[in-house]
Amino acid sequence: MSIFVQIFQQKSLRMKWSEFFTSSVGRKFVMGLTGLFLITFLIIHVSINACIFADLPIFNENDNGSVFNRAAHFMGSTILIRIMEVGLFAGIILHIVQGYMLELKNRSARSVGYAVNLGERGSKWYSRSMGLLGTIILLFLVIHISHFWVKARITHALEPVTYNGVEMHNMFEEMKMVFSQPWVVILYVLGCISLAYHLAHGFQSAFRTVGVHNRKYNQLLTSIGYGFSIIVSLVFALMPVAMYLGWVK
Amino acid sequence: MLNSKIPAGPLDQKWTDFKGHCKLVNPANKRKLEVVIIGTGLAGASAAAALGELGYKVKAFCFQDSPRRAHSIAAQGGINAAKNYQNDGDSVFRLFYDTIKGGDYRAREANVHRLAEVSANIIDQCVAQGVPFAREYGGLLSNRSFGGTQVQRTFYAAGQTGQQLLIGAYQALERQVALGNVEMFNRHEMLDVVVIDGKARGIIARNLVNGKLERHFGHAVLLCSGGYGNVFYLSTNAMGSNVTAAWKAHKKGAYFGNPCFTQIHPTCIPVSGDHQSKLTLMSESLRNDGRIWVPKKQNDTRKPFDIPEEERDYYLERRYPAFGNLVPRDVASRAAKERCDAGYGVGSSRQAVYLDYADAIERYGKGEVNKRNIQGATQQVITELGKEVVKEKYGNLFDMYEKITGENPYEVPMRIYPAVHYTMGGLWVDYELMTTVPGLYALGEANFSDHGANRLGASALMQGLADGYFVIPYTIGNYLADEIRTNAIPTDHPAFVEAEKNVADRISQLINIKGKQTVESFHKRLGKIMWDKCGMARNAEGLTQAIEEIRQLKREFWSDVRIPGDINEMNPELDKANRVADFIELGELMCIDALDRNESCGGHFREESQTEEGEAKRDDAAFAYVSAWELKGEHQWQLHKEELHFEVAKPTQRSYK
Amino acid sequence: MEHYNMNLTLKVWKQKNSQEKGRFETYQVKNISSEMSFLEMFDVLNEELIREGREPIAFDHDCREGICGMCSMYIDGKPHGPWHANTTCQLHMRAYKDGDTIVVEPWRANAFPVIKDLVVDRTSFDRIMQAGGYISVNTGNAVDANALPIEKDKADMAFAAASCIGCGACVAACKNSSAMLFLSAKVSHLALLPQGGPERKNRVLNMVAQMDREGFGACTNTGACEAVCPKEISISNIARLNQEYLGAGLVSEK
Repeated sequence: MSIFVQIFQQKSLRMKWSEFFTSSVGRKFVMGLTGLFLITFLIIHVSINACIFADLPIFNENDNGSVFNRAAHFMGSTILIRIMEVGLFAGIILHIVQGYMLELKNRSARSVGYAVNLGERGSKWYSRSMGLLGTIILLFLVIHISHFWVKARITHALEPVTYNGVEMHNMFEEMKMVFSQPWVVILYVLGCISLAYHLAHGFQSAFRTVGVHNRKYNQLLTSIGYGFSIIVSLVFALMPVAMYLGWVK
Repeated sequence: MLNSKIPAGPLDQKWTDFKGHCKLVNPANKRKLEVVIIGTGLAGASAAAALGELGYKVKAFCFQDSPRRAHSIAAQGGINAAKNYQNDGDSVFRLFYDTIKGGDYRAREANVHRLAEVSANIIDQCVAQGVPFAREYGGLLSNRSFGGTQVQRTFYAAGQTGQQLLIGAYQALERQVALGNVEMFNRHEMLDVVVIDGKARGIIARNLVNGKLERHFGHAVLLCSGGYGNVFYLSTNAMGSNVTAAWKAHKKGAYFGNPCFTQIHPTCIPVSGDHQSKLTLMSESLRNDGRIWVPKKQNDTRKPFDIPEEERDYYLERRYPAFGNLVPRDVASRAAKERCDAGYGVGSSRQAVYLDYADAIERYGKGEVNKRNIQGATQQVITELGKEVVKEKYGNLFDMYEKITGENPYEVPMRIYPAVHYTMGGLWVDYELMTTVPGLYALGEANFSDHGANRLGASALMQGLADGYFVIPYTIGNYLADEIRTNAIPTDHPAFVEAEKNVADRISQLINIKGKQTVESFHKRLGKIMWDKCGMARNAEGLTQAIEEIRQLKREFWSDVRIPGDINEMNPELDKANRVADFIELGELMCIDALDRNESCGGHFREESQTEEGEAKRDDAAFAYVSAWELKGEHQWQLHKEELHFEVAKPTQRSYK
Repeated sequence: MEHYNMNLTLKVWKQKNSQEKGRFETYQVKNISSEMSFLEMFDVLNEELIREGREPIAFDHDCREGICGMCSMYIDGKPHGPWHANTTCQLHMRAYKDGDTIVVEPWRANAFPVIKDLVVDRTSFDRIMQAGGYISVNTGNAVDANALPIEKDKADMAFAAASCIGCGACVAACKNSSAMLFLSAKVSHLALLPQGGPERKNRVLNMVAQMDREGFGACTNTGACEAVCPKEISISNIARLNQEYLGAGLVSEK
């Protein structure tokens, strides 16, 4: 009988925000929305960082990171972007916290495991390993933030450089320094590979989670998702590699 | 004396008249009245939902793990209704007449007319519940034709009409469970009816998870427990389908009506070996396009495509030129058996005939070539296009055939053989669906009432839902109106105690036999006796032998069956033993009934009663009655006859020549 | 199809009841015909066990034609065994060859507790349905069936969703033990039809809440459910459910 009572009580209940965001679908909604938000951030991040390639011989051998440094400076100079930065961190934290809570809930739904698993016959390994991939990315993020963001925004422990009379951090130099150590380069490449797989599932999954169910669009988004995750991660990975190998100086 | 309580007046006014004059129960009193429902197929789920909506306190029981699994779910083809959406001349009268004639004039006119009357409401109700019937591009409902009729009145949902209708009824049932009007007992089996002062007042049920016996009171008890085709061991019924609930009622005084009326469906996948546990039906719609044949030569072991056209015997087209491959089920089944018995059967078992789609593929292929305006198409192109059309129409059935047999039916003709499919017989009920025990009702396939000696395709779903949604809500009120002063009887009443003790004793007797033979082996032996001697063709000699063999089998069962495990735990072997014990007793009664009815009608073919050409010969002068059997003691039954009067549909001999 | 016989080794989960711990037991089965169904092979084994005075293996099954949804074995790591879009009862032994070893486990999810051996309790699905998987129309209230034309494509999509047989393979296959494919099929079936309109919001909110209460996990769109579904229910139903839920949860005034 308790079941009937539960259902009855619940029917007369209001759908509180807290209920919405703690339901299994609500939690996923948060994951999807923050995920999409982080994807847009990645687009900006990768575009700005790609400015280092302005130094490539085919563009301007004597750029020496000026395009990149100016772009990086812009990202720290307006209040609007600083506010967005706060939002970004909030998004990341929400994505992480909610992700771990979901992972916990999902793992606890099966106390006794199988002797033989379905494995690749049912789904891709990376779609089943979002928690693991996310954790690797998180570890990478900690290192990455301490390498650059902390120095740029908190300790200001970067060499200055002046363009057109404006003094700014020489982030380009910092990158060259950081990426002169082979273990850092390997670490970054690993981080990018994790990101690629995380995105390969996360991109299209986020759209499904926020309710895109039209098959035509789903197919399109899946293809775009694969393209996006490969291109973005590849471009990111190329930076430490290019600097380490001296393609950009 | 049997009183069928058929209302007076003209046939088409009886039901209206009944509804206008039956007793009613006011809403406050309904809340005090409890109804026990056994089985949650179309009849049971719809009755539970409808009575719950009215405000009765309902307890529903099913032996499966969820009410949604009842075997109604397996019906493929469709559900009939006299909607006349196709403007092709259908009407309530035509549906009534087709059903009476299809049943070979062994059904009750008044019941069948009521069924036809409410058929249209069923479709309305189901659509409102969200049953996704097939539709035309204009958004309106689609119909198809089905065996034995000349109009298109069958509504369908691809190849799973049964599942969609059952889900509709199940949803309505679960809604009532949520509202607290229905209490659902899954994995429970009814093992006795409790009768107090001559009225059904509850049941003893066994919880199949922990083996405990439970007592449940009800002001009325509804048996919606389906048919008993599994008495043949091999049938298209689900493995769990059983006669136990109906048989317990029979033992408590409910008469059994026409037990020998069994429908053998012509298009099933043949038996492949001794290990076979059940048979699978292929929708009757396959006969619309397929041609049935056997080799002209006896014991021909050539592969089907090695047998040239002139050496093939399209025996249905030969014997019944007017209807050809579309003769009714009973006729098609007997014709297949006749050919196989005469040594013309195909396949390794020789117990099968071919259902060939080569002609249909060719015909459709040519049609497509015309439609697409392809010039000079090769044979290969025609065949490919034809296969596409056939795939679209029958793809799911062909896939199922391939899964089971491992043969590709697009390339090789399918092998088919008749199999037990439905039982027209069941508990005898009056017009109000009440058995001879007051307060005990039988609905759907569990009763005998609407299909006579042969059921038309797409009518079983119709009857189940008609009984549950639209008949019982009226007729049960007519009984319960007089019960409003009866308070719920506590289940420590001596009748409950005694009934529970009897059930417990029987179970412990069974499990303590500790013999050598498995339940399954007894069931198989029973099935073989029934199939050989009380199957598609029956004769006095065989039936007499069968009765003796079954009695012997019963003695052996009760002295040598081996049931592993304990009583107080989940024990599927014990569940099965309980059921098989009842099947054995039922088998005997079926043979007695078949022996008594020395005429051929519908699915019941007595070899003594046939025309010179080997067609069934009905004997209206001697047998226009319903046989209602009363149990008098072990191996003893008394026959009560309910005379059938045909005032509107005058009996004629069926001919499909 | 050539017919052959085979000998097999079975590793089957045995568990006396929901309280006691289970374990794998190994059985040898001999002379199994390639024409048998997988469950008939179990029948043969059980007959053998009973004759030897050993405990037979309990498993759920009923219609044995792939529609009732009662059979539920997790065979060599895949619900309903190796064939695509198939139920255990329709799996036939020609999928195996002589000498094979087959591991058979029950559905595993906390919301589907084991009752005995391979039998699990799936009443959580019924309770999800009770939370709103219906259209509230009392018997006799219906208008004429053709009074409400429904676009054929929508009706077909609703049918495709409604063809779910409620077997629970989706839950068994899902790494999160999520019931989302089942739930989304139920929600989509009714949401796609105009009859389901009036209760649309409450239905999805209440059914999801009930699913959570039953202890199923959340969906992470891995697609395992779709890959093993015997009725090929599309995973796009889950996205449709998400949309329904967000619409209801964010827009409803309650």
